[in-house]
Amino acid sequence: MIKTIYERWGKYNFLFEELVKRDFKKRYKRTALGIAWSMLGPLCQLVVMYLVFTHFFGRDIPHFIIYVFAGLKIFTFFKESTSQGMQSLAVNSGILTKIKVPKYLFLLSKNVAALLNFGLMLVIFFIFVLIDGVPLHLRFVMVIYPMLTLLVFNIGVGLVLSALYVFFKDIQYLYDIFTMLLMWMSAIFYSIDTFSETTQQLFLLNPIFVHIHYVRLVILHGYIPAWHIHLICGLYALGALTVGAWFYKRYNYRFIYYM
Amino acid sequence: MKIKLDNLGIKYMIGDFKNIGFKDYVMQKIKKQHIAKEFWAVDGMSFELQKGDFLGIAGKNGAGKSTLLKTIAGIMQPSRGNIETEGKIAALLELGTGFDGEMTVRENTFLRGALMGYTREFMHETYPDIIAFAELENFQDRPFRQLSSGMKSRLAFSIACLVKPDILILDEVLSVGDGSFKQKSEERMKSIIGGGAITLFVSHSLPQIRKLCNKVLWLDKGKQIAFGESNEVIDQYEQFLKTKKLPESFSIW
Repeated sequence: MIKTIYERWGKYNFLFEELVKRDFKKRYKRTALGIAWSMLGPLCQLVVMYLVFTHFFGRDIPHFIIYVFAGLKIFTFFKESTSQGMQSLAVNSGILTKIKVPKYLFLLSKNVAALLNFGLMLVIFFIFVLIDGVPLHLRFVMVIYPMLTLLVFNIGVGLVLSALYVFFKDIQYLYDIFTMLLMWMSAIFYSIDTFSETTQQLFLLNPIFVHIHYVRLVILHGYIPAWHIHLICGLYALGALTVGAWFYKRYNYRFIYYM
Repeated sequence: MKIKLDNLGIKYMIGDFKNIGFKDYVMQKIKKQHIAKEFWAVDGMSFELQKGDFLGIAGKNGAGKSTLLKTIAGIMQPSRGNIETEGKIAALLELGTGFDGEMTVRENTFLRGALMGYTREFMHETYPDIIAFAELENFQDRPFRQLSSGMKSRLAFSIACLVKPDILILDEVLSVGDGSFKQKSEERMKSIIGGGAITLFVSHSLPQIRKLCNKVLWLDKGKQIAFGESNEVIDQYEQFLKTKKLPESFSIW
């Protein structure tokens, strides 16, 4: 299996690179500042949050802006990757119906482009973390782990959604409502500490919350989470990818008839 | 290199929920009236092509020509029967689609080259030739949407035909661009075909088929009516167009 993956990589890495370039560049096409928006956007957001939360709202959570911003950005990364991933097949139908090419590449490139964007945002984020009085630490490197598992998780969800979307366009509206619900269950603007022990455990059922929790522990609480948090992140990613791959394999060639 | 089809069939579903809408689909399911029908866009195709063959495909609209070409190109999977192809395939189906209007001509060229399976090295090497052949030297960094439709087809043709494919699939594209480019593209085609490729070609122009092809496949409503030497089949087909009667040896009903 490793060998076939390697062979495919050899065959498709040029195409993959071109697709990532396209997806990444297209985001800011026709803007004057271009890719700089990947960093300017979050910077402006931070300034706004700084004004709002320092002057208008009292807060009990230390480093509240970092707390909220980490949650919000991780959630947005998940939401953008999956909802754009959902449309990745339909949007490229002009290509898929004319040229023989592995369809999953379009989804992967969208996800990798979103990850690049997220990475640029992280630079601004860590600068802010430093300014806000949290010293940078080697431990922060561990943030890479939940980002990678979230990437895989997003790809898995995207595989399912993109297949459904071809057959059933309504899924985009349902998914919007679902992600809104999920957002309020991800403890982005509040802390779960006020809930009972059992309720707190229930939050672990939300994959996005687990990833947010991980990053907050590393940055704000100053320690690398226990092994079981790593395991949960890994299992969510693997689970989503397995279901997604099954879905894709099953519907791979039926897509064409509906495009 | 060869192409071999054995009783090939491609089925579409009509009357499933995507086709008739979700509400009607559910209603029919509940009432148990619902019968999703199969529609065979292509059915019972059997023929074989060898190196150097030039196949013309004739038939009315909706005869299944495009579906057949897409299956040979590997974009669609047969619902039944078998298809074997050997060799590198270049399919020129509806030129000019699938490009990205916002990206530059250069970016689009590289992306399309990558999609067609060319390597990075090859693209860097051939890019100047592609642009020169398409006569777009002054447009390389312009957004693709600013090109005229003739320029778009010229670019698509140049990318697809700068390599020598073993199997060339054409969906009515022999006439690309204006007079001078048309001549150039036809010469290019001839050199690919003359180089021993297998060519498949859809056209509504019978004189063109007669002139170019050595074999002809005649389709009607997804069925293979005739396959054989080009003059013979074209004569039958012309007869059919006059009398509206299918040859006696074949009945589709």
